[in-house]
Amino acid sequence: MSHADTMGGHAGVMEKPAFSVPAKKMAMWLFIIADTATFAGCLVAYGFLRNATPDWPRPFHSITNVVLMTFILVTSSLTMLLAIDAAKAGEKAKALQWTMITAGAGVLFALLHIREWLGLIGEGMTLLKNPWGTGLFGAAFFSITGLHLLHVTGGVIALVAVGIRYKGGRYNADDLEITGLYWHFVDLVWMFVVPLVYLLNLSH
Amino acid sequence: MAMAEGHKSNAGRYVMVYICILAIACLQFVIAYSNITASQMFARMLFLAVVEAALALLFFMHLSDNHGLLWFVVVFTVFVLLAMQYGWTDSFRELLGAPWSSYSKS
Repeated sequence: MSHADTMGGHAGVMEKPAFSVPAKKMAMWLFIIADTATFAGCLVAYGFLRNATPDWPRPFHSITNVVLMTFILVTSSLTMLLAIDAAKAGEKAKALQWTMITAGAGVLFALLHIREWLGLIGEGMTLLKNPWGTGLFGAAFFSITGLHLLHVTGGVIALVAVGIRYKGGRYNADDLEITGLYWHFVDLVWMFVVPLVYLLNLSH
Repeated sequence: MAMAEGHKSNAGRYVMVYICILAIACLQFVIAYSNITASQMFARMLFLAVVEAALALLFFMHLSDNHGLLWFVVVFTVFVLLAMQYGWTDSFRELLGAPWSSYSKS
């Protein structure tokens, strides 16, 4: 039986998906491209300010926290891949388990991030002023890391929601993979935030 | 599930890429404590971040399996990223002075 026969005579109006990617996955890719522009805009603006401001603060004394946060986020990308791999192999319980581990890693990352924020706020840093130099630093730092934290929080909620629906049979491995794309994107953004916002502002 | 039959696990490949990304991240942390100028540090860290991102895009997000989508994503994203770079010269003007800089007047 040909493809046209199976489509009941409507094959003429059915277009092949762009790049052979299903529509839902393509929508996620378009979102990722748009969100890349958002983060890039923030990081370029941050770079402009840092470059043009002579008294830019270097408030970070230790990299322990950021090392831990990076390790957790990169590891969560691996656990997400293992979840998708298990889902594609039809191992539903294992897939759900890895998905929830990924969400747990996201929660841990967010808690470490908030702890770091509270530490900086405790040292006198706010959106508009800080004890070390230009007040622009607080606005730039909280904006970029806050936007990333918002994405992590949204990702955790999405992982839990998709995981529960996957368990219930409403979603399948493809849906888990699409959520995984978003999660990897959040990890990818962090790879640029760490050197530009943290490591270049270490107090030596 | 239809995909379950004959599905080949990629876990080994994922772990290899994961280790590579962690190793590159470690390199960035080492560079952060090295005795070089800020511009050298920036260039090296940015290069390593791009390599990390490329690994994640190709193997974690599976763009290496779909060359058409790879080109679509890379061309659009790189164009937008390059278009954003037009303002850098102005940030150097702000810092270095002439003309019209508040710092050059002092």
